[in-house]
Order: sequence, then C-alpha cells, then structure tokens
Amino acid sequence: MIIGLGHYLSVAAILFTLGIFGIFLNRKNVIIIMMSIELILLAVNIDLVAFSSFLGDIVGQVYALIVLTVAAAEAAIGLAILVAYFRNRGSIAVEDIDLLKG
Amino acid sequence: MIIHAIFFYLFAGVAVASAIMVIAARNPVHSVLFLILAFVNAAGLFVLLGAEFLAMILIVVYVGAVAVLFLFVVMMLDVDFAELRHGFLNYLPVGALIGAVLLAELLILVGGWAIAPATAHVAAPIAANVSNTEALGLVLYTRYVYFFEAAGLILLVAMIGAIVMTLQHKPQVRRQNIAAQVARRPASAIELIKVKPGQGLS
Repeated sequence: MIIGLGHYLSVAAILFTLGIFGIFLNRKNVIIIMMSIELILLAVNIDLVAFSSFLGDIVGQVYALIVLTVAAAEAAIGLAILVAYFRNRGSIAVEDIDLLKG
Repeated sequence: MIIHAIFFYLFAGVAVASAIMVIAARNPVHSVLFLILAFVNAAGLFVLLGAEFLAMILIVVYVGAVAVLFLFVVMMLDVDFAELRHGFLNYLPVGALIGAVLLAELLILVGGWAIAPATAHVAAPIAANVSNTEALGLVLYTRYVYFFEAAGLILLVAMIGAIVMTLQHKPQVRRQNIAAQVARRPASAIELIKVKPGQGLS
C-alpha cells in the first residue's frame, strides 16, 4: 500500500484536533493548555513538511523551521510568565487569573 | 514500500496515542513525558518524509529544550494538580462536540482536496542529489535570509524576555557594585587626621 499525502494530512488533522480538545478538556491547568498549543503547532509542522515533500518544494521546510523557532520562543516566554505569575499570586488556576477583569 | 507503510502507521499511531495521553494523563509530569514521545514520533514521520534536518532539529529543540523546560516548570511550581483537574468531565461533552466537528471538517477537506495542476507552482524545487540539510541551507541562507535573521531576533527577544521576567534580586544579598568601585577616589576614601600626643581619637 502506498502512503500518500492524505495519510500525513490525516495524522496532522487528528493531532490538531487533539490539541483543540485538550484546551477544552483542561481549562483549569495552564501547563496542559500550553502543551496542547505545542501539539497544534506540531500538527501544522507535519502539514508543512508533508506538502514540502510531496510537492518537491523546499520552502515548506523553511516555513516549518520558522514555526519551530516561534514555538520554542512562545514556550519559553509562556513558561516565564507562568513562573512570574506563580511567584506573585501563588496559583496558576485559569479562573484565578482575573486581575484585568476582562 | 511495505516497510514505509509499516513505519508510517507505527509512528502515526504512537504519536496520536501519546497525544491523547498528553491531554488525558492525571499527572502533568506524565503529560510532559508523553509530549516528548509524540515529538519523537513526529520526528520519525519527518524522516519518512525525507526531512532529516527538521527531524533532528525537532528532537534537539523540542525534546532537548522545550520539553525539559516544561518538566522544570511542572516540578518547580508547587501546584495541587488534582485540584486543577476538578471539573474535568464537565468540559468533556462540549470539547468532544467541537473536536468531532473540527476533525470531521478537516478530514472531509483532506479527502476532497487536490492541487489544481495550473496553479501548482513550485517556489524552490528540492535540488537533486544533494542532502536535505544542504538543500535547506541553499535556500535558507540566500532567498530566505531575512526570515532566518528574523527567527534569530525572535529567539533573542524571547531569551531576554524570559530572563527579565524570572530574574529576582534578593535585597539581603550584597552584590558587587562596579560603578561605585570605579568612582572611588583617594580623596573620598582616605581621611588624614593629626593626632595630638597623649589624647587619642575621640
């Protein structure tokens, strides 16, 4: 059997959906929400690399590299905010993060 | 070809299963470890796709840096994670509904999708008989050098931001003040006093 572009896109779609589902399921835990965001970005990366490979175009991998960079920066900044917030408030439950009264 | 299919289903199956465990595990440390497993399997998928450089970068950056960062934060924060899981099942129906709708939409899109042959324009074709890393470097440092520099800038900003946000100065710790040391002059540091014999200093 031949593994085509659709197989990879399906895997990426499932991972993307699991990321969204994880955000809904763990609404109180910021750390799991950030891990879900990482899963979503991973799904996007799989899409980009799959298109790059099957269309014979290297640009998709360049984009995947940029997405990887942004994902790493986002994780570092997000976790730093989390640590600073925990020092000030002693809690990281999402419903306690309401200082701005949005 | 059959080997390719076997490894595709192996990597894809383990990646999806560990992604499920990431969002379903009780202990966040287990979630991070399953996230690492998902990334390693995604790297396997990248190898199958012929993107060896990105596969190695995924392992180095994600497993080596991001996942370890998550692990540090999860272990450093003294959080009652059992309390955070309270109400887990309340969100299950709406989450499952939205997830099912989204997955159905995406799979329908994947199933009914095709590239229009007239618009299939290749921006930078993968050069023949060079390795993946070399092919990536040939375009990354020439046509996309500004993207590359922007990525470096993003990482610099993230590094400075993370350090500034988490650095804390303890007031009781005495630090070296280089400006005060350099500004010190003999006039301010030395006092000459004439002491009369037999009287001493008051």
